[in-house]
Amino acid sequence: MIEFDQVHKAYEVEGRAIPALQPTSLAIENGEVFGIVGHSGAGKSTLVRLINLLERPSGGRIVIDDEDVTGYDSDDLRNFRRKVGMIFQHFNLLSSKTVEDNIAFPMKLAGIYSRDEIRTRVAELLERVGLTHHARKFPSQLSGGQKQRVGIARALACRPTILLCDEATSALDPQTTQSVLRLLGDLNRELKLTIVLITHEMDVVRRVCDRVAVMDAGEVVEMGPVTDVFLHPKHPTTRDFVFESEHVDEQEMQANFEQAEGRILRLTFRGESTYKPLLGSVARETGVDFSILSGRIDRIKDTPYGQLTLSLVGGDLQAAQAALEAADVHVEVVR
Amino acid sequence: MMDDLLTNVDWGEIGGASWDTLVMVGASLFFSVLFGLPLGVLLFLTGKRQLLEQPVAYAVLSFVVNVLRSVPFIILLIVMIPFTVMLIGTSLGVAGAIPPLVAGGAPFFARLVETSLREVDRGIIEATQAMGATVRQVIFGALLPEAMPGIIAGITVTAITLVSYAAMSGVIGGGGLGDLAIRFGYQRFQTDVMVITVALLVIFVQILQMVGDRLVLYFSRR
Repeated sequence: MIEFDQVHKAYEVEGRAIPALQPTSLAIENGEVFGIVGHSGAGKSTLVRLINLLERPSGGRIVIDDEDVTGYDSDDLRNFRRKVGMIFQHFNLLSSKTVEDNIAFPMKLAGIYSRDEIRTRVAELLERVGLTHHARKFPSQLSGGQKQRVGIARALACRPTILLCDEATSALDPQTTQSVLRLLGDLNRELKLTIVLITHEMDVVRRVCDRVAVMDAGEVVEMGPVTDVFLHPKHPTTRDFVFESEHVDEQEMQANFEQAEGRILRLTFRGESTYKPLLGSVARETGVDFSILSGRIDRIKDTPYGQLTLSLVGGDLQAAQAALEAADVHVEVVR
Repeated sequence: MMDDLLTNVDWGEIGGASWDTLVMVGASLFFSVLFGLPLGVLLFLTGKRQLLEQPVAYAVLSFVVNVLRSVPFIILLIVMIPFTVMLIGTSLGVAGAIPPLVAGGAPFFARLVETSLREVDRGIIEATQAMGATVRQVIFGALLPEAMPGIIAGITVTAITLVSYAAMSGVIGGGGLGDLAIRFGYQRFQTDVMVITVALLVIFVQILQMVGDRLVLYFSRR
């Protein structure tokens, strides 16, 4: 478990302290995929670099698997960092080394592995990320997605328990992003790897994360299970991110609502209820007529969900609302 | 016909002088790299926002390098004479030319090393640190291999600079092609000797540049 206890960070620039992270407390469970989303400069990069102490906290405690790592000196720190893999937006592979040498690099640095161990492990990792045939190539000969796979293999070389992803898919095209995210998801399940992932794309969070923290101006402004944060965003920054990822223009939506008559409800279906033919039966039973103002049916990680905004006229509105709620649908009255 | 044109050219002398130039450049290049490489690495590491940021050390090193680089080489040749005598017993000949050449070449090369290390993506240093590397491992495992093409190009530039410096050392009796050009070509108006020595120097520089470019290409994996 990764625990932050009132951790804060300020940079000193020409004698003045510029705060990068306000005092933050959070806990990331072992084996979960934890997303940190925010605009650039929101402090997410600082937050993730505090975990492996690439940045030293200005105050507070960082506890990892019940051990306070804040006070680690150089030897402890190096051993600890081997247990924390990291991948980067621009991959940061060594251009002078081949793919296999890049993957072997952290093991060589550790100095505790025999040549045979390294060779076996590299072959295993190449196989796992699907790059066996590219072992002897140099990074410049690979595509972006392949480079990130090398990055992932390299990060896993010393069998870490935590993987930090710094905008790992931001430089990739949508298809490659999807395959890299799928790989991360698989690794999380297979290896029980704890993944901390920072991104500015809510879509990345939606696809792989279990929980998410939203950051704004050096502060965590909202945190919770992705389904909750995604379907019922509270903080304005979170709402921006969610709307943006759904390509919804809030003002346009408002204009739509103004033209509609009757009561406006936003219904959120999760899991099983997404597939039930609920609306028709409720309409028949209560005599309400409805029109759909906006709607979306998708998945958050493994959970299917639907979110519909309806305007309802006629019939027994109260009964309709009650019937929907009784069927496990989250009902929010917009107007 | 050639002999009619080149009446003053003593080929034995030319051969000997070429060899002297080769030795001067080779030896001074070796020592320039030997001293300049660590100096360049140190300059880089102690620089602003680098691994071993050390403003005072950086200022001192940088000052020494700048002083050595701003003194015109012809002056450096003369200023170095007492020191050279102390070091190797003479300030004349091929051996006497080497200490001032190194004094001129090493700081020059050190700056080139510093620059090529700065070109290495910071992300690579960060990634290497994140793997648990020591500063030593970052330098030898990541920084130097990544900067290798730049460093090789720097060695080439330094070698070529040393060729022209070595020619200048003829002024203080340093030997080599430059010495020949000055004593015969200039002081005795033997234009043919001048032309031959300059042509040889041009060829020498061309070869150095070609070999350097090849090596840079070989080490570039970008």
